[in-house]
Amino acid sequence: MSLIFDSLTAGYDRHPAVHHLSGTLQDNSLTALIGPNGGGKSTLLKAITGLLKPLSGQIQHTKKCRIGYLPQVAEIDRSFPMSVYDTVLLGYWPVCGIWGGINAAQRHEALHALEKVGMDSFAHRPVSALSSGQFQRVLFARLMVQNADILLLDEPFAAIDSRTTADLLQVVLEWHKNGKTVVAVLHDLPQARLHFPEALLLARDCIAWDKTALVMTEDNLKKADNLARQWHDHGEICAA
Amino acid sequence: MSALYTAVIQPFVDYGFMSKALLGCLLLSLSSAPLGVLLMLRQMSLMGDAMAHAVLPGVAVGFILGGASLPLMSLGGFTAGIIIAVLVGLATRSTILKEDANLAAFYLMALSLGVLLISLKGNTVDLMHLLFGSVLAVDTAALLLMGGVSTFTLLAFALFYRGLLAEAFDPVFLRSVCKGAGLFHLLFLILVVVNLVASFQALGTLMAVGLMMLPAVAARFWTQGFAGMVFTAASIAICASTAGLLISYYINVPTGPAIILSAGSLYILSMLFGRFGSIRARYFPFKHLNQ
Repeated sequence: MSLIFDSLTAGYDRHPAVHHLSGTLQDNSLTALIGPNGGGKSTLLKAITGLLKPLSGQIQHTKKCRIGYLPQVAEIDRSFPMSVYDTVLLGYWPVCGIWGGINAAQRHEALHALEKVGMDSFAHRPVSALSSGQFQRVLFARLMVQNADILLLDEPFAAIDSRTTADLLQVVLEWHKNGKTVVAVLHDLPQARLHFPEALLLARDCIAWDKTALVMTEDNLKKADNLARQWHDHGEICAA
Repeated sequence: MSALYTAVIQPFVDYGFMSKALLGCLLLSLSSAPLGVLLMLRQMSLMGDAMAHAVLPGVAVGFILGGASLPLMSLGGFTAGIIIAVLVGLATRSTILKEDANLAAFYLMALSLGVLLISLKGNTVDLMHLLFGSVLAVDTAALLLMGGVSTFTLLAFALFYRGLLAEAFDPVFLRSVCKGAGLFHLLFLILVVVNLVASFQALGTLMAVGLMMLPAVAARFWTQGFAGMVFTAASIAICASTAGLLISYYINVPTGPAIILSAGSLYILSMLFGRFGSIRARYFPFKHLNQ
């Protein structure tokens, strides 16, 4: 179930945000995707999900796999008249599609997922009644029922209190234990060091991709920071 | 009781044009309601207005080719609406401009082209008829068209309910799990166009949107669920149509504006006194709960 990046370049309007990334995302790995703002972390996740077409290079799947993608919170309109429970049930789309029914076992599983993120008592409230932290919990419950092989989380703990972060981090670690492949964009480096065995440091170019301790060295972080300072608008045409 | 019957029911029983107009409005109310609610929720309330203008050049071509022939004008309007919707979609996907900017550009061109085309053959009376409709001139052919469109819309909505709703709520999620997610948006635009075309005969291209949007935005103040909003919107549209027809019957004013203003009054009332998010709820809330 591993993903192989073959000189992947992805970005917007000719400007690469991810520049010639090569490497393999191992099956059942738990990777912290770190790097400066504008370093291509979200772009990489969008490219893997298929929401963004690569400018060049490609992503190869060793076999057909299901991808679960959690974008940054701001992208959903929470005033939409949708209940918490229905939001979680949407996670069954890959198995039910547009017409398939949702059976009793699945309904039970959805409630169980809500229970695991501590949101079962909110099941029948509209999503407009939730705070952003509570909504993030609900989206995690949806990812649980979605049962994807590869989970891509874009800043899952941004703007979320410490208790919610701790709860949701447990969910992530459990996914890892159950054989899922997880990539999470993180800005909390101590958190990444503590819980994520692998790390990918991205500053448009891939600075390092290895065991977390080997990636998060003073040198590498400084290198990424220096690169980020040099970004400007007038790139030459890339020869590679 | 019999006074009420004479005042409210009798006009529809006595006059064929009144009962046909009422039936037409009921059909339009039923199919426009879910579309209006979705447009509102997607923050595309003005998009219906733009699409209503966009059908005009097609209607004009139909008018030039066949005079005031309903099938030709409807076919033309439908074609023009779909072409504009697809062009807007393509321009949005492949250029820097957002959907609203492209839509504004295309509908302005379409509206001008439509007015120009009509002036080539018709006169101002024809133009007024096309822009503002004549609900009392609804004939059997128009009723069949409205019935067909209404049935088609409600069937499509029932069949693709999950997709239409999911695409409106969380398009990024749907695109991540479903390859054809964009098709739901296209289907939605097509439904909006066919409904506008069906209602232009009754209300005119300019006011066709009124029966779609006003009941929908009024319904927002009464319920928090999508299905409830659709039912509320349809009920409000039916009430407004009936009231508008009666008002125009008794005090002899144009019917289209009377219907739209009736719907507008219900919107103002809902905004003032509605259950959720209204002025009343904001300034005179019910007692709060303990958690």
